[in-house]
Amino acid sequence: MRSSAPLLFELSKTGRRAADLPPMDVPELDGLLPEELVAKEPLPLPEMSEVELIRHYTRLSRRNFGVDNGSYPLGSCTMKYNPKINEQLPACFNKLHPLLDELDLLPVWELMHALGELLCELCGMDQFTHQPAAGAHGELTGLMLIKAYHDTRLDHERNEILVPDAAHGTNPASAALAGFKTIEVPSTADGDVDIEALKALVGPRTAGLMLTNPSTLGLFERNILEISNIVHDAGGLLYYDGANMNAIMGIARPGDMGFDVVHLNLHKTLSTPHGGGGPGAGSVGVKKELIPYLPAPVILKRHGGPALPDYNRPLSIGRVKAFYGNFSVLVKAYAYVLSLGGAGLKQASENAVLNANYVQHHLKGEFGLANDRVCMHECVLTPGPLLERGIHTTDIAKALIDRGFHPPTIYFPLIVPEAMMFEPTETETRENLDELIAAMLDIAEVSKTDPEALHRAPETTPIGRPDETRAARNPVVRFVAEPKE
Amino acid sequence: MRSYVPNTIEEQNEMLHAIGMENMEELFEALPENVRLKRPLKMPQGLSELELSAYFDSFDVSAGNLPLFRGAGAYRHHIPAVVGAVLSRSEFYTAYTPYQAEMSQGLLQSIFEYQTMICELTGMDASNASVYDGATACAEAMLMLRGATRKSKVLVSAGLHPEYRATLNTYARFAGFELVELPLNELGLTELSSLEQNINDAAGAIIQSPNFFGCVEDLAPAANLLHENKALLVAVVNPISLGILKRPGDAGADIAVGEGQPLGMPLSAGGPYLGFMAAKQKYMRNLPGRIVGQTVDAEGTRAFVLTLQAREQHIRREKAASNICSNQSLCALSAGVYLAAMGPQGLKEVATLCLQKAHYLRDGLLSLKGMSERYPNTPFFNEFVMESQSDTILLNVRLREKGFVGGLPLHRYFPGNGGILYCATEMNSRNEIDAFLNALEVSL
Repeated sequence: MRSSAPLLFELSKTGRRAADLPPMDVPELDGLLPEELVAKEPLPLPEMSEVELIRHYTRLSRRNFGVDNGSYPLGSCTMKYNPKINEQLPACFNKLHPLLDELDLLPVWELMHALGELLCELCGMDQFTHQPAAGAHGELTGLMLIKAYHDTRLDHERNEILVPDAAHGTNPASAALAGFKTIEVPSTADGDVDIEALKALVGPRTAGLMLTNPSTLGLFERNILEISNIVHDAGGLLYYDGANMNAIMGIARPGDMGFDVVHLNLHKTLSTPHGGGGPGAGSVGVKKELIPYLPAPVILKRHGGPALPDYNRPLSIGRVKAFYGNFSVLVKAYAYVLSLGGAGLKQASENAVLNANYVQHHLKGEFGLANDRVCMHECVLTPGPLLERGIHTTDIAKALIDRGFHPPTIYFPLIVPEAMMFEPTETETRENLDELIAAMLDIAEVSKTDPEALHRAPETTPIGRPDETRAARNPVVRFVAEPKE
Repeated sequence: MRSYVPNTIEEQNEMLHAIGMENMEELFEALPENVRLKRPLKMPQGLSELELSAYFDSFDVSAGNLPLFRGAGAYRHHIPAVVGAVLSRSEFYTAYTPYQAEMSQGLLQSIFEYQTMICELTGMDASNASVYDGATACAEAMLMLRGATRKSKVLVSAGLHPEYRATLNTYARFAGFELVELPLNELGLTELSSLEQNINDAAGAIIQSPNFFGCVEDLAPAANLLHENKALLVAVVNPISLGILKRPGDAGADIAVGEGQPLGMPLSAGGPYLGFMAAKQKYMRNLPGRIVGQTVDAEGTRAFVLTLQAREQHIRREKAASNICSNQSLCALSAGVYLAAMGPQGLKEVATLCLQKAHYLRDGLLSLKGMSERYPNTPFFNEFVMESQSDTILLNVRLREKGFVGGLPLHRYFPGNGGILYCATEMNSRNEIDAFLNALEVSL
């Protein structure tokens, strides 16, 4: 049944309220603010009773789908289960003001430091900062570190960042913001970086290469050591986009592959919830030679003393946000690593890769496959023969919704036309995967018998396919009350 | 040890066999031998839930319960229980960015409502779905200034939060901006003559009100001056103060940004917080990040979608308005629930409580020996700077021994500066303020 839900503003009734406050207990003085600085009109905010407010948001929540509702194989996003204990733990830090005296924040420094040590071991790096608030923010920070490194060596000519054509869109955007020119590196038909093309592209202007490994094709970059040598020999540094780290925990480490800077999406690999798009955390790790440039403060332990923030960092790139990072997110990630330990992390990655291969194996007969290789934690499929029946990736995605699944990432990576990127993660049961496979095979079957049905999908959702062109052409980005007749 | 892997070892083996493999090793054959980690990760053994809880219980976080007279960009406010209740719905917090609109109408609508309320709060026409925090919202506003004017010189008031300023410096260095600082005058307000002197070739100015030192700026003259010179005003505002202060949009600002933490987010040692960003219609397409728009489906049912995506990194790649990908959806949800729970009357009451209690605190401090106010003739909202004849660090140590967290010594950001930035909110009862003043009197 299609239905819209009323907006807060349509439910608002003058005089209602959902929050009360204590009475004024100090003498109320007049004229504290000059007239010209004071608002003349009451704010046009909604007025709601508590019960209506709760019902409103509960209604909205029922019009939404999260990992707790079902499988969410959104590739490159690692929508694994978010352990419930980790949601409870940050509460004990909730009342800590970020500018309390340093000694009142000892648990905060201790936790950030301990998490940093664990991430160093996980990634083979020497020091982490937790200041970046998200993956893209981590990329920007990491690229600034690379720029600062070259600048300090008076290597000002190095203004090019190499980015494979399969990369996430944030890579070139972050490079541009950090002041670099992006040079695209092509992939081979097998899905690897084109080594010969790379050799031709590196040179005295090369500042570095950004790489996701496994790549966005879900494939492990087999020539990584050769790539790393080529870039390093040209004087550049290697940046690891950690979006796909869930494939290799305890199996291989970016630091050992030659990467100089990494960012980790704690909300992907380390299970902190995605929050409907955030908050996440994009901790950045570096090798020794880049430590001096990290954003200040860096949390350090000295001479066996407690962990404390160090602000005396003359070569630091400076701050990338206020305070120290998305601390509550760090708490959840830390709790996750402590729960799993090294062996658990490895087991998580092994099963993530197993689940993706299980899905790929059972779907490659009916659908197209971008690369017929053993995949890592995600696999990239295409509609294959369904295209001839007029069925596109969008149709398959929408038909999956009707079958109870969140669709995979679609139309990405850009180099695979009609791509569908499935990342089941390790927290799905075999039955879930079998049902997902059955749903996909059913869609393939329906494409032969009743393709129109797939064009109508989704039919079980509150709305049908929205008119996105209209939204962009005639943007309505806020509610405006209809004038009263 | 746990890994949240539901499948048993037997099931894992069956699945391996089903895809024609003998063991897990075969899955990783593409990895060259010399990049493999040939030892276990050096990490402690995994903890059970009980052990994990016990470990977290061992952290001494008692300082969070002390009476607090410190703000400086992060404020302790009451968070209505409804906020936590809504946030605990896992349909919201375990979802990701609403790429599939049909199964994400709840989040999309909540963001549309958030955008509307941010517009109403700031007097603006369009808001994005949020960015990381107040500091990055400032940095993104700086990028907007260049996007809108094609100029790279930005004037920044010395009253901007020093950590925001530091963030701007970092972005400016790499993204190629020239930042010019506008000093404060003897009233603690942005010096307009300096704005006038530097306005040539400027994309715009970034002015915070109430500024870092608590002083409420009159944004209108600055806005007029900037507009006469085809430059823009970015106002950095405290959202709670807008319960009583004139909205930046009404004062002539073109872009309003700020830290949304006071709108229902706990202090949490500094994050996650919420960067809100809103702009006048003309600059809507310069806004970075996610924006939710209203449309219809084929049957005409109202629907919400991510829109204006041609600005964004996944389409524009290196030519995008910003590299930002995600927003702080769950924090935006907190702010939305908070604003709807408070309503216009509630927000005005919170703001009034902050205003009056801060003035009561100021008057009490002024009655103490050797205490003076740095900007006695300037209106303030919930924060103000005091000077004391005693050493500010030592003073706070003595207060802390008596169980109080005093104001922020400005020395932290401005070496040699002897001021203390005090803050009061609705959380500080009169009894607590009186007890604090008594403790302070004997500490001076």
